[in-house]
Amino acid sequence: MIANYGYKDGSGEYYISIDTDKCIGCTADRACLTACPKQMFETITDDYDDEVTWVKKPNCRTLAYDCADCKPSAGYTSLPCMTACTPGAIKHSW
Amino acid sequence: MITAGIDMGSRSIKVVLVEELKVDGAPQLKYGVKKTHIMMPGDLDQDVAADKAYNEALEAAGLKRDDVKVVFATGAGRKQVAFATEGITEMTAGAKGASFMFPMARTVVDVGAEEGRGMKTDADGKAVDFAGNEKCAAGAGSFAEAMSRALQMTLKEFGDASLKSDKSIPMNAQCTVFAESEVVSLIHSSTPKNDIAKAVLDAVASRVCAMVRRVGIDGEVVLIGGMAHNAGFVQSLKTAMGVDAVSLPDMPEYISALGCALIAAERQH
Amino acid sequence: MNAEVKADTLPEKKEFWRWQENVWVDETKDWKSAKIITCGIDVGSVSSQAVLVVDGELYGYNSMRTGNNSPDSAKNALQGVMDKCGMKLEDIHFVVGTGYGRVNVPFAHKAITEIACHARGANYMGGNKVRTILDMGGQDCKAIHCDEKGKVTNFLMNDKCAAGTGRGMEVISDLMQIPIAELGPRSFDIDADVEAVSSVCVVFAKSEALGLLKAGYTKNKVIAAYCQAMAERVVSLLERIGVEEGFFITGGIAKNPGVVKRIEKLLGIQAMDTKIDSQIAGALGAALFGYTLQSKKAA
Repeated sequence: MIANYGYKDGSGEYYISIDTDKCIGCTADRACLTACPKQMFETITDDYDDEVTWVKKPNCRTLAYDCADCKPSAGYTSLPCMTACTPGAIKHSW
Repeated sequence: MITAGIDMGSRSIKVVLVEELKVDGAPQLKYGVKKTHIMMPGDLDQDVAADKAYNEALEAAGLKRDDVKVVFATGAGRKQVAFATEGITEMTAGAKGASFMFPMARTVVDVGAEEGRGMKTDADGKAVDFAGNEKCAAGAGSFAEAMSRALQMTLKEFGDASLKSDKSIPMNAQCTVFAESEVVSLIHSSTPKNDIAKAVLDAVASRVCAMVRRVGIDGEVVLIGGMAHNAGFVQSLKTAMGVDAVSLPDMPEYISALGCALIAAERQH
Repeated sequence: MNAEVKADTLPEKKEFWRWQENVWVDETKDWKSAKIITCGIDVGSVSSQAVLVVDGELYGYNSMRTGNNSPDSAKNALQGVMDKCGMKLEDIHFVVGTGYGRVNVPFAHKAITEIACHARGANYMGGNKVRTILDMGGQDCKAIHCDEKGKVTNFLMNDKCAAGTGRGMEVISDLMQIPIAELGPRSFDIDADVEAVSSVCVVFAKSEALGLLKAGYTKNKVIAAYCQAMAERVVSLLERIGVEEGFFITGGIAKNPGVVKRIEKLLGIQAMDTKIDSQIAGALGAALFGYTLQSKKAA
């Protein structure tokens, strides 16, 4: 399943997508958890009893601000979370 | 030479008339504020309101339209000002105005009725980076105003009440509409009004602060826009930003219009 | 089926936003002879539902306003439907909490997210052809893709912004001073189509609505403009994950034809019909999850 965490408000649409099919049985040792400078990822057991990673609830509503430090405007050419996730489960919508 | 800046805000229109003061022998030109004027448009269309506000300002200053060399406009409704020669973004105008009042300013925070933004400025008063929250009513004055209405207080009373509280109740809701229900629940659970007022202003401050962090908090911080009048908000903002002092100009809501008039004057040279 | 309208929910002069609360039980069934009785409780910021499922079939439900004290809402919602059929908490084998009910239902055996519960509930209500679910809740808006078993394959939720939510609708009901159930039908009682007001923010849409009223628009036209804005907002959320045939709408706003018809028009797809109250989808899904889990235990 594709799980989209984030929001849309007047200023734009900000969603982080996690493809749980690629996330289950992670082959990257959950590198995303430490790669994110804001530590907004967390491993949980989802509704279908699979161990997957998600975006912590408080961060879901402030993605535009939380992720700003990793975006091109801050000098990054690639996102640490996406680089860390070698199975390619993580995507940003902006 | 007299120039005018008109700031077409979402709630009110501000006009500032600026006069060039030539100091003999001095290489730099100085400016003095000749007159400021504010008007709440009410039912008028933007272009009609702009005209009316400008006329009122001129009358108050004892000037005629011909006395003014040029008019520049800024603000959300700046395109509606038929008699303005140029439109300036709020970022540029706000940065210019704030730096004029506080030459050492490097971080300018503008919190108006419906928009909040943070700007990084340089020594020349130019905005080199900015982050805004346009089109979302949260993180701006109308949020605080709506909540003060829910508590049946004026915005000033609301601000003063928040200063009396030392609690930090986090608000879950990000949206003004949801926050209203949250405030109602807080009222129903007998939370003291002072604590609710502080919780709301803390929430606005944290959203404004998140925006400012996108450009970085550096050097002297100046707060402009109508919310600067609210002592409670200023305190909440200082805490959120982790700074000891925030510079407040005397007429915070006029600063963008001022900057606009100054830029108009500069461009005539 | 006949839903009982509680006396204190009749529209009073001041509370135009108050929608109808419902309690219903299937009088043709006798729960006492059932093997497995499960319950789902969905506590939302605006409304709360308790659903009873007996041997895998919907048996009864209670849908009421959450009010100011959400910890009690779960208890009250369940009590309402239990009272209707003489059931007690001890008679229920498995309770699943969802929504805020994931944290506020101390007697729940398990907590499951509202996303999974809505998909499961929609699958029961609309059948196994349901593929795309739109839930317009009180304070959030969800777009969900599911498979033929009601398992989620893609989802997107927005709970930060009021645009496209029930609270947004309550705001206009209050502003117009018109009972919320009348808004939909009235939005069609106009002589010409209207342009939408701001679809990015309810606060701005509200100011625009006021402006339209002052400019001489009739109330119906303003409501129409608002419904159009809400439909556009919701469709933009849906289009982010795409809409497949087998389109099902849950949540309170599903009862508002003013928004539903406009969504269908924008998408070019008809929403599926259901005879079951659209607001109970979450709690129903929760109760069904409970049934599966309890069946596994008993096996």
